[in-house]
Amino acid sequence: MQHIISVLVENHFGVLARISGLFSARGFNIDSLAVGETHDPSISRMTIVVTGDARVIEQVDKQLNKLIDVIKVTDMTQEDHVEREMMLLKVSHNTKNRSEIIQLVGIFKGRIVDYNTKTLTVEVVGDAEKIQSFIDILRPFGIKEVARTGRIALQRG
Amino acid sequence: MVDKTGAEIIVDALEQEGVDVMFGYPGGCILDLCDTLNLSKKIKFILVRHEQGAAHAADGYARSTGKVGVCLATSGPGATNLVTGIATAYMDSIPMVAMTGQVATTMIGNDAFQEADIVGITRPITKHNYLVKDIKDLPRVFKEAFYIARTGRPGPVLIDIPKDIQRAVLKNYSYPDKVDIRSYKPVYEGHPNQIEKAAKAIEKAKKPLLYCGGGAIAADAGPEILALAEKCEIPVTLTLLGLGSFPADHPLALSMLGMHGTQYANYAMAETDLIIAVGARFDDRVTGKLDEFAPNAKGNIIHIDIDSSSISKSIAVSIPIVGNCKTVLQELIKIVKPLKHPEWAAQIKEWKEKFPIFYRDDHLLRPQYVIEQIYNVTKGDAIIVTEVGQHQMWAAHYFKYDKPRTFLSSGGLGTMGYGLPAAIGAQLGNPGKLVIDVAGDGSIQMNIQELATAVINKLPVKIVILNNAFLGMVRQWQELFYKRSYAFTDLQKNIGAPHKTADFIENRDLYIPDFVKLAEAYNVLGIRVTSKDDVAPALEKAFSSPQTAIVECIVEREENVFPMIPGGASIKQMIGGLA
Repeated sequence: MQHIISVLVENHFGVLARISGLFSARGFNIDSLAVGETHDPSISRMTIVVTGDARVIEQVDKQLNKLIDVIKVTDMTQEDHVEREMMLLKVSHNTKNRSEIIQLVGIFKGRIVDYNTKTLTVEVVGDAEKIQSFIDILRPFGIKEVARTGRIALQRG
Repeated sequence: MVDKTGAEIIVDALEQEGVDVMFGYPGGCILDLCDTLNLSKKIKFILVRHEQGAAHAADGYARSTGKVGVCLATSGPGATNLVTGIATAYMDSIPMVAMTGQVATTMIGNDAFQEADIVGITRPITKHNYLVKDIKDLPRVFKEAFYIARTGRPGPVLIDIPKDIQRAVLKNYSYPDKVDIRSYKPVYEGHPNQIEKAAKAIEKAKKPLLYCGGGAIAADAGPEILALAEKCEIPVTLTLLGLGSFPADHPLALSMLGMHGTQYANYAMAETDLIIAVGARFDDRVTGKLDEFAPNAKGNIIHIDIDSSSISKSIAVSIPIVGNCKTVLQELIKIVKPLKHPEWAAQIKEWKEKFPIFYRDDHLLRPQYVIEQIYNVTKGDAIIVTEVGQHQMWAAHYFKYDKPRTFLSSGGLGTMGYGLPAAIGAQLGNPGKLVIDVAGDGSIQMNIQELATAVINKLPVKIVILNNAFLGMVRQWQELFYKRSYAFTDLQKNIGAPHKTADFIENRDLYIPDFVKLAEAYNVLGIRVTSKDDVAPALEKAFSSPQTAIVECIVEREENVFPMIPGGASIKQMIGGLA
């Protein structure tokens, strides 16, 4: 099962290497990883999506907590939370399918952020399912490139 | 509040942390620090002959004293040579601070001469590490490093110090007297509810078993283990690193368990209905096949450990207690009722009588006999340090440990070459104490250069080499699991020579090196022993000498460590036990 692990860490150089090194050394798979400073510039939040059974997730939690630079580890999956991911997707278009694509972008509440005669680039924000279905729906039109931020999440309330 | 250079700050920090001895090797990027260290009246600097020796010596000092071991190397190759020693300390949770020189901050990342990213290299083998890029951070980093190394689950901490930071000047320096790391707050007190649950489980159990490891020694929990064992009549088995945490001759003592454990310890583990693990981590050398490990204790395991990540890592634990082994046991002893398990105790006694640890004690010079004689000659009053291999297991079995910090051995990483430098560290930490490195002829050659360190510093460490001209433990595996095909494990000259021990004794030329001649080259006492009768006199001579000494024992070549449970197997597949 996929878990979203939110990790508050000291905002030092080398901390990302410590975390990613821990995952590779222990054989945990990272599905996505998003890092950014919090409102407190001395603290960064890493949101790590990891797949594993309960035993693996327990170890992920404990091993992360063992790192000196880790302040707090939360398994968001166990909590009531909101999650979002942003994607930029570049797709080919032509006179025939252009209006259909623009319509689909509208349905997904996306925004067209770049447009030229051959391709257009869409920004879409949502949870993992929404992002995935947008990719699936646009695939037949010819996706050129995709960039995703990885999931971020916060507890509700 | 005075102005100090980086190097002066480091020396002051080391002195304030109570460092009295450290081990190291100089080089370009650590020269400023060495120059200042040389002026210290409080710190004795031991110049080793290889940086790996410095790390192991710091480790041996730490294991034998409980204090933080300190070592130092220069940048690049000096730093990378420390790596094996740091990894050894990390695997066995030994408190250590390692300092490395680094190229100047302006050069970092430029592939400068003798530059290596040692912080990157040691990230997975240190508890924490630092690259100091600003002299303002230096006092805090040293304060934190020592605190992190010795608290919680101890471990090595590395500090990488660029050359320009050593030379820079900090105005108004003072060494911090407090540490506050918001993300590092070790838990020492066990949760009272968990301790209460543990007490109830112990009261319910019919065949409880204490299983204690290196954590028990780190926490100095020996007296509490003894008290609990006696109050509730619970037998005690130990891991390799736990040896010494419970007196070996106690009626409840089961000695070591696992792959090369005693038959009775492994029988007890197979039969127990409640495991009380104290500072032990269910290592694969202990459990063997996980599915068949301790089948009657499934769902009935108490695990006391300061590191929560050790709990339920490989074995599901029903009552986890995160905390210091000593304090948790103290609370547990207070509330648990006195108990008797006459049937269980009788069963244990019967196993111990019926299946003792044994070897063929005939006219031949067998390695086990040598260890027994070391025990007899020293009457058990010695610090035994080992290398890694067969001799290590024999040293674990045939010498009886009844005090903590008297058996020093690389358990987790299994580092050949650990013994001699670690013995040097132990001797410096315990002046006047008899320190003996029990070695194999393979392992001893991995850090043999440290003989010079011992001699020059007048350290009377004793090295007993069980010479079988084989990499014995690997050879044993080849004998048992690879059809006796001895690929790359025969250390004699490859001339199709006979494998017999007798030929070995008669024809010294077959065997390189001649350790007695080597002893002479280093100006240490060297004695060769080829027969049983000569063992005790040779040991007595070596042990009573004020010199560093080598006793080379030409032992039976193809002796095996038995009993043995092959890797990944269960007790049912035990080899070489008594039926």
